[in-house]
Amino acid sequence: MLKDITIGQYIARDSIIHALDARIKIMITTILIIALFTIDTFTGFGFFAAFVLVVVLLSKISVKKVLKGLKPILILVLFTLFIHIFLTKGGEVLWSWRFISIESEGVYTGFFMVSRIFILILFTSLLTLTTSPLQLTDGIEYILSPLKRFGVPASELSMMMTIALRFIPTLLEEADKIMKAQQARGADFESGNLIQRAKSLIPLLVPLFISAFRRADDLALAMESRCYRGGEGRTRLHELEFRYYDFIALIIIIILAVAVSFY
Amino acid sequence: MLIELNEVSHVYQDENNVKALKNINLEISRGEFIGIVGHTGSGKSTLVQLFNGLIIPSSGTVKVNGKNITNEKSNLKETRRHVGLVFQYPEHQLFEETVFQDIAFGPKNLGLKKDEIRERVEEVMGLVGLDYDEFKDRSPFNLSGGQQRKVAIAGVLALKPDVLVLDEPSAGLDPQGRKQLAELLKYLYQELEMTIILISHRMEEIAELASRVIVMHQGEIVIDDHPIEVFSREQKLHKLSLDLPQITEILHRLEERGLKVNTNLFSISEASAEILKALRSK
Repeated sequence: MLKDITIGQYIARDSIIHALDARIKIMITTILIIALFTIDTFTGFGFFAAFVLVVVLLSKISVKKVLKGLKPILILVLFTLFIHIFLTKGGEVLWSWRFISIESEGVYTGFFMVSRIFILILFTSLLTLTTSPLQLTDGIEYILSPLKRFGVPASELSMMMTIALRFIPTLLEEADKIMKAQQARGADFESGNLIQRAKSLIPLLVPLFISAFRRADDLALAMESRCYRGGEGRTRLHELEFRYYDFIALIIIIILAVAVSFY
Repeated sequence: MLIELNEVSHVYQDENNVKALKNINLEISRGEFIGIVGHTGSGKSTLVQLFNGLIIPSSGTVKVNGKNITNEKSNLKETRRHVGLVFQYPEHQLFEETVFQDIAFGPKNLGLKKDEIRERVEEVMGLVGLDYDEFKDRSPFNLSGGQQRKVAIAGVLALKPDVLVLDEPSAGLDPQGRKQLAELLKYLYQELEMTIILISHRMEEIAELASRVIVMHQGEIVIDDHPIEVFSREQKLHKLSLDLPQITEILHRLEERGLKVNTNLFSISEASAEILKALRSK
């Protein structure tokens, strides 16, 4: 069950989308997120969704895999939908019972918000699916580097992110192992009421935290023994380089975004 | 029959879809001491997790005490009481504030009464060689690695399983710790008549303890025999990139060089006597 978590997962493929410069991809994502929030019609969303589909196809990652990334946010999405349906008022009254009523405005806004969240998550997950964590954090570092002048520790931030992303699969594996070990001692993670279930997580979480701290300690020692001393003056093995198609992609996106938001 | 595997195959459902086990047929009866060897990735750990239902195989059936555990989901807890599994580096699963509470975790999950839990904890601490009064109130995290492992093994023993499965229990222990562990396993097997399944990379350990050896290779059981038979197949083992026990290896080399010795010996004392005998008769 822990294996389903795909947040931050990278899938290596040989595609145009993968080959784009990480900085460009981050910029494109940002521009499109802004554009997404200026859209106010379902036609706009349809257009946007079609665009996301084209990007998925170009990335050569299976559509099923990308859609799987939506699973963890399903509860959030349903919650949003219900809140809007029951609490947003206006328009025709579709159904009512005592003080509860569903009105057309609520249904409309509900589905509107849900579409927005779905597209948002799909698109941003594409960024991590097609960009290796290393490139991604390098890209972020580049983008943040003008802020270094104001004392923003850009390289430290990106190092922290690299490490965090690097350890997600390791910790998941560890959690799986500890869970099995406790199950072997008769622990039950799957039944009981909410409080019992929360309590049953203690035998999982305590060893997991301890091992995370142990790993952090080991990593810090290993970095120190290789003379790591922060980002000052560090050079890299793979420099990020802009190529002509990066700019073409950026220009296309800007035109698209402007077109969509003025439509 | 205690544990029975029939045509069991398992494929891990993830990115790589590794075929971890292929058509395994295996029967384990009460009172056996089974050593499982095979190099990394041969499917040993997957195999032992089938025994208590932590992994449900992709196909085939697993029976424990005659009960099919591959389709009855509700009864897995009962199965896990009968088949105790000690994972690799079991000390990483410790979580309670005191040694007592940690060992009591298993019995508590079985729903035992307080007195009985206390009795069991005291008993298993005695088994693994931790003094009850000295250690019961200490935090497991302030113990040495070797002591932590003893606590973790005691935690599984406290379930009073019929079968004890151990996955590389001696990894990372010092020679003294390994010796104590071997003594414990011998005691459980001989005096308490427990069935024991031991995964190990140390052939010396397997040769010394096991009554039956299973050799795994790429998800299949390639040899399943008495230790003497297994370790006499030197060529085959080397081909599977496995070693002989050091003592046996030395005897084989001596034989190659023309010294007439019996190569089916695993203990230092037997082997040295044999070598002396061969040298004298020369």
